[in-house]
Amino acid sequence: MLRVLKNVAALALLFTALSARAELTIEIIGAGEHQIPVAIVPLGGDEILSAAINAIVVGDLQRSGLFRMVDTVGKTPHEPGDVSFPDWVALGADALAIGSVEHADGKISVRFRLYDVLKKSPLVGEVVSAKESQLRAIGHRISDLIYEKLTGDKGVFSTRIVYVNRNGARFKLIIADSDGYNEQTVLDQNEPIMSPAWSADGKQVAYVSFETGHAAVFVQSVFSNQRKLIADFRGSNSAPAWSPDGKQLAVVLTRDGSSQIYLIRPDGSDIRRITFSGAIDTEPNFSPDGQYLLFTSDRGGSAQIYRLPLAGGLEQRQTFGEGSNYSPRYNPDGKSFVFTHRANGQFYISTQDFQTGQMQILSDGGWEKKPSYAPNGKLILFASESHGRGILASVSSDGRVKQRMYTQSGDAREPVWGPHL
Amino acid sequence: MKKLVISVILVNLLAACASQKAPEAAPAPAPTPVVQAAPAPAKVPVAAVAVDALNDPASILAKRSVYYGFDVDTVADADKGMLQAHAKYLSEHSNRKVELVGSADERGSTEYNLALGQRRADGVKKLLELGGASASQLRSVSVGEEKPKAAGHDEAAWSQNRRTDLNYAK
Repeated sequence: MLRVLKNVAALALLFTALSARAELTIEIIGAGEHQIPVAIVPLGGDEILSAAINAIVVGDLQRSGLFRMVDTVGKTPHEPGDVSFPDWVALGADALAIGSVEHADGKISVRFRLYDVLKKSPLVGEVVSAKESQLRAIGHRISDLIYEKLTGDKGVFSTRIVYVNRNGARFKLIIADSDGYNEQTVLDQNEPIMSPAWSADGKQVAYVSFETGHAAVFVQSVFSNQRKLIADFRGSNSAPAWSPDGKQLAVVLTRDGSSQIYLIRPDGSDIRRITFSGAIDTEPNFSPDGQYLLFTSDRGGSAQIYRLPLAGGLEQRQTFGEGSNYSPRYNPDGKSFVFTHRANGQFYISTQDFQTGQMQILSDGGWEKKPSYAPNGKLILFASESHGRGILASVSSDGRVKQRMYTQSGDAREPVWGPHL
Repeated sequence: MKKLVISVILVNLLAACASQKAPEAAPAPAPTPVVQAAPAPAKVPVAAVAVDALNDPASILAKRSVYYGFDVDTVADADKGMLQAHAKYLSEHSNRKVELVGSADERGSTEYNLALGQRRADGVKKLLELGGASASQLRSVSVGEEKPKAAGHDEAAWSQNRRTDLNYAK
């Protein structure tokens, strides 16, 4: 009896946790060119858990823009023997997901199967389990399995994002699931926070905080929240970016004059200046192979994107034409980059291919800034605005599917998509 | 006395530099400070000065902000007189310290705006040093677009936020 009561209490807690996040709403616009029709049957077992997991999976898949949800018309197969393939062919589903959920000893387990309906063959069968506090992680893991099997690309639903929430004079650094839910405040203060940056292993974030009276660079463990001040020279210390091997960061310092780029170890040692323009050089970002830095500079008269070979050699301007450009970030494939393009008083999210030099504007324009790729390169997260509030938004890398995430009160700023864990 | 001569020369140099530039659209020109007025003999301790001009709301020293055009970090000619007066005041009050806080409007990236605000504050610092203030009295920092004085996505707000403030230590 006690055990049952405990479970009920745990469930109630879970449910509270789920409904507490109801302020977050997500709006999806557009659809991919070829959407895969998929039927997601709500899991057998506890109804509350089943409904919660179903909502997470359906939400993830819809946001990607690559799937169309097929109405299950009340059919509820949970075991392989329950599946009648002709029914699903008739409903137009290419793929079918079934399974059941169990909740025992503080743990939630889902036995999950995915079928190719046309071939009548299983694509994946797996038990996904986690502590009951990590219900959303289970949902995201199932979404990743479906995404990977049906698209051939690695899913990014289990990854996390970091962003800054500004509410008046109060600033919070927030880490959340890639869908904006499951927010955890990792720093909360009345001085500005800027420019969070993930280490490649996802275990640390570097950021700029003004708590010492000016912009200084900190590194903080995501798990222990232990933090270290690594650059606190006179003037401004900012724009941290991790090298892919995690052994150094590029930062921007004004200790020798104008804003220039330096390399520094994560413990604050071994500082080495690498740009010498006398102009503003800022927003460094390492190439995936660690050989180059993209950065923003106004050395040519307006803010533009440049590329610096770290082994030595000429810094090459990448962006030309009308307007100015900011905040470059490499595509994980290294072949293109995404950045903020400013023209005619509007800000757009744009990409540019290194080989062709072709620029493509992905967003509608407005107050759109600070883009970063999902680790699979298929989605781009950025800061946008709606009704005078800063919000999170994303766009598929082909520009077809857009979504906006309305988070808690205040302005969401400076989002960055984290790596695979 | 030697120090005074140097600052007078620098002021003249600054004026010469200023006169070579095309006039920029700017608010009403501030009165040029009277630089030849000799201060009290250097031996007199600061405490003996009856009224601190910094506390006089009618003084040019009551003006503590420099404003800029979009993506501009040079001080407009109209504000140079005011900065000269602050430089002179600082040179005569070596115990006084001032923090120069540069800021930028929200257009551009947060990092670019942090750098721009720093460049604005550094530019003001340089002018104050040229005018006779000592580097040890000055500290330049930037808040970029992080602490806007005025809210809103329009020029009325932006023009308020492109600024360097002179914040005297109490």
